[in-house]
Amino acid sequence: MSELRVNCLLLQKILVGFVREEIHKVGMKKAVLGLSGGIDSALVAYIAAQALGPENVHAIIMPYKSSNPESESHARLVAERLRISCQVVEITPMVDAYFDLFPQASPLRRGNKMARERMTVLFDHSALLPALVLGTSNKTELLLGYGTLHGDMASALNPIGDIYKSQVWQLSEAMGVPMEIVEKKPSADLWAGQTDEQELGFTYREVDELLYRMVDLRMSRAELAIHGFAPEFIQEIYAKVQNSHFKRRLPIIAKVSNRTIDRDFRYSRDWGK
Amino acid sequence: MDFTVALAQIKPKLGCVADNLLLIQEAVERGIREEAGLIVFPELALTGYFLKDLVPEVALSLHSPEIRRLAELSRHISIAVGFVEISPDYHFYNAALYLEGGEIRHHHRKVYLPTYGLFDEQRYLASGERFRAFDSRFGRMGLLVCEDMWHLSAPYILAMDGATTLICLSSSPGRGISEADTLGSTASWRKLTSSTAMFLNSRVIYCNRVGYEDGVNFWGGSEIIDPSGTVTARGAILEEDFVTGRISEAALRRERISSPMMRDENLFVTLKELKRIGKERNS
Repeated sequence: MSELRVNCLLLQKILVGFVREEIHKVGMKKAVLGLSGGIDSALVAYIAAQALGPENVHAIIMPYKSSNPESESHARLVAERLRISCQVVEITPMVDAYFDLFPQASPLRRGNKMARERMTVLFDHSALLPALVLGTSNKTELLLGYGTLHGDMASALNPIGDIYKSQVWQLSEAMGVPMEIVEKKPSADLWAGQTDEQELGFTYREVDELLYRMVDLRMSRAELAIHGFAPEFIQEIYAKVQNSHFKRRLPIIAKVSNRTIDRDFRYSRDWGK
Repeated sequence: MDFTVALAQIKPKLGCVADNLLLIQEAVERGIREEAGLIVFPELALTGYFLKDLVPEVALSLHSPEIRRLAELSRHISIAVGFVEISPDYHFYNAALYLEGGEIRHHHRKVYLPTYGLFDEQRYLASGERFRAFDSRFGRMGLLVCEDMWHLSAPYILAMDGATTLICLSSSPGRGISEADTLGSTASWRKLTSSTAMFLNSRVIYCNRVGYEDGVNFWGGSEIIDPSGTVTARGAILEEDFVTGRISEAALRRERISSPMMRDENLFVTLKELKRIGKERNS
């Protein structure tokens, strides 16, 4: 049995409480999130609906013309099951208008632009509703840097950023996320047939077992090898974590004064809350 | 003597002393209504926990109106409460007070400031330098603030100084999710409070806060443990609560008769060996 298995009732209680309290304490009632049709955003929607009541959760589905139509139908299924309000904002016109200026742009640039376009839609609705934007990046993606900085990695609150993909699966099943969403292959849905695991070159289950031992248990490389992880795999993942660290930090500031934000000017974000 | 203790498992607001004072006063009034003799609050109940650079802004002197107000209330009920203390020489302490009969009966400055993992207390706070038992109307007691209890010597010194009731004020962050029924931090604390009571034949009164600060949860689960190590009352997990429990003098007497480890504890062997170790470390 994997050590990644969790007590779902307890985990759910902590994450639901987190969303409720962190939103209420800043004087807000609502949350807005992008529903991709994938498991991560579905789970966050389930957590938010329980935390705030379905009437206080607003989902936005933001397809691009090349998105798999199944993604939208899965997103709608989540919204219907939870009875949360849901709207579709297609990002094709905005993204295409931009790339008309840069027709040679690579798939990477296009994918990043789509993720950032979605972010601007969510933050615009944050001001409109008003509502806080919920993040849907899990710990595996955050550690690997498998996300777009200022795109899908941007949010006000992230309830699932400290749980691995394997744990997202377990909790999603326990909370009743539809099985067709739990069981389908994870995909960023940037082009037809894309899957995360194909692109990454390893499975989430494999990498979660390694990351848990490397990050949470702080095992040395020698210990990891004893646990059956190939040295090349350990090195590859270590490098991914290291090289994506900039994505997990605020921009660095050139220090000249005696009190520089986040270096020697340090306050919790919940300051006064 | 027998008495009722109330554990105010509250959710302080970060950096809001006035709001937290109101919260504390409400709990004190409830304690009085419910005829508790003593009410215990969490560590840093007046300020919240992850204060960082807010420490100097929320610090109170022992003569501040807020502390005077709580001392006044202690004419009706004894109060153990945590706050940030500013000393006359402008050091800041994570401190706890035992207020009784309108005055400060005891004042403890947290000795062990955790500075590892998610903790950063030594960056912002000065360490206390003593553990002393004190006399209250409910017998001899000792105060500990959270991490203090993780150092065996701290409750040991208090018990050797005659304390039979150990009060621990806590702001313990919840962490370590697994398949188990509780978080890792909850499981560790439960072992600790129960073992401490059992080793020292003393009651342990543990008050932990709830709420979230920047995504960190505080798990609550405040407890009253009898001198045999058995939990007699326990607060809700991750939710505000107000726990009351009866403390029995007879149970303490019986435990001290049946398990006289504290009677037999050899202070002089301990001192001799610690002195030797101190000498060897210095050489």
